[in-house]
Amino acid sequence: MKVTIDGQAIEVEPGTTILQAARMIGGESVPPAMCYYSKLKGSGGKCRCCLVEVAKGSDADPRPMPKLMASCVTGCMDGMEINSKSSDRVKEARESVTEFLLINHPLDCPVCDQAGECDLQDLSFEHGKSKSRFIEEKRTFEPENIGPNIQLHMNRCILCYRCVMVADQLTDQRVHGVMDRGDHSNISTCISKAIDNEFSGNMIDVCPVGALTDKTFRFKSRVWFNKPYNAHRDCDKCCGKTTLWMFGDEIQRVTGRKDVYHEVEEFICNGCRFDHKDPADWVIEGPREFDKDSVINQNNYTQELETVHIATEEGILKGREQDRKKISMSAIPLAKEEGEDFKHGNL
Amino acid sequence: MSIEAISLSGRKKLVSNKEMTFWERMYLVAIVKGLMITLRHLFSKKVTIQYPEQQRTMSPVYRGQHQLKRDEQGRENCTACGLCALSCPAEAITMKAAERKPEEKMLYREEKYASIYEINMLRCIFCGLCEEACPKDAIYLTTSKVLVPANYDREDFIFGKDKLVMPLDIAMKNAQLKNAN
Repeated sequence: MKVTIDGQAIEVEPGTTILQAARMIGGESVPPAMCYYSKLKGSGGKCRCCLVEVAKGSDADPRPMPKLMASCVTGCMDGMEINSKSSDRVKEARESVTEFLLINHPLDCPVCDQAGECDLQDLSFEHGKSKSRFIEEKRTFEPENIGPNIQLHMNRCILCYRCVMVADQLTDQRVHGVMDRGDHSNISTCISKAIDNEFSGNMIDVCPVGALTDKTFRFKSRVWFNKPYNAHRDCDKCCGKTTLWMFGDEIQRVTGRKDVYHEVEEFICNGCRFDHKDPADWVIEGPREFDKDSVINQNNYTQELETVHIATEEGILKGREQDRKKISMSAIPLAKEEGEDFKHGNL
Repeated sequence: MSIEAISLSGRKKLVSNKEMTFWERMYLVAIVKGLMITLRHLFSKKVTIQYPEQQRTMSPVYRGQHQLKRDEQGRENCTACGLCALSCPAEAITMKAAERKPEEKMLYREEKYASIYEINMLRCIFCGLCEEACPKDAIYLTTSKVLVPANYDREDFIFGKDKLVMPLDIAMKNAQLKNAN
């Protein structure tokens, strides 16, 4: 099947969603996604960040779809034409969605441990306004303790349901979920039962905002002051492939390896994540690379810089090879008449 | 034409080697000329001031020693977000964050605060980028009106929170001023 996104055509398998097709193309036309997570079944369709305009339904039915579609749950059709970033309607819709998501968000990025790798920060940087029109009081929740390893900040939650799906699909028993309805809905453990499953720490990695953060990393450092390294260890529960966030010789945080869409490549267990903070436990493979524009690359001088090439005639800046040799090297003396010319000026 | 005769700048002057006359050899005229220049300067306007007694007024945008501000209730504004250290081109700022305890609510404005905040004044170039980066209105170079003084030891140039945080009495005065208005 052939689909065209922002004028770029690609062949995809039947059953691919628009978002997946856009990610195959890559670049600027990839819609932002706050709730969709390719590794979690049934995710997507909740945050409405990934709305796209379908300008042509398919070859068989070329009418455009009247409303903007959520690209993460809309399947591709043969001959579909989609406008993502190139459409003003889409841009406006994303701006509105961002504004809605930020209505109840506390905007406490200076305090939040997720700042610097937060999807909502990226989204509002690209699509948000610098001013808030919301003058009413924001919705707040009482802080709740959900265990020794995971910190829950319900005020920051955007109800993407990713953590609930992690608990459903990775662990055998889910002990937390979304309580109440509408404006009051919140993530909570019923009867405040501690989440102690071996894979529960992955909720931290999948959380697009700072609602679920690592308690062992709480306020230790900002993410851009850490040096991220790829590392692995022999683990009988998970793959053991992680990213270590180090400060000097100290491992401050362990996370899964996240790709360009901030999705972990493989889920890791709580043992790797919370209990192994000694560098001797790990085999360090090398520095982890991030997007060029990521704040994590601040003060990172290890990246190779491109040399600047000036498009001029060769030798125009340096002079002719034989002239340079004669001026700078006494070992190659000038011929007698050349020496006379050089002395008096050859005019 | 030889290279000695060319004048690329057009200001080339040939030095004359002619013999001086008797009066010129006495140097009297030249000495009087020089004394006149000295005398003229005695009556012209002075460009210097007597520094420790007299001091120039600082410009309102003068950037001196940093000050970590307190709000009108005397709580520290800084939440150790690290943006000043990130923006600092000289990498002069270091900090360590800590979590506020419930009994410290009147000391710090938010749940995170800087337990250590240090500026290396030998590195600092007083560019003011930290002030521009601060999202919490916490750091200012213009309010203290203090020059960073000279010192004998390198260690003494690392200013901690004891020197940087705004004194409580100034914060109280600010609060009174605000209430009076």
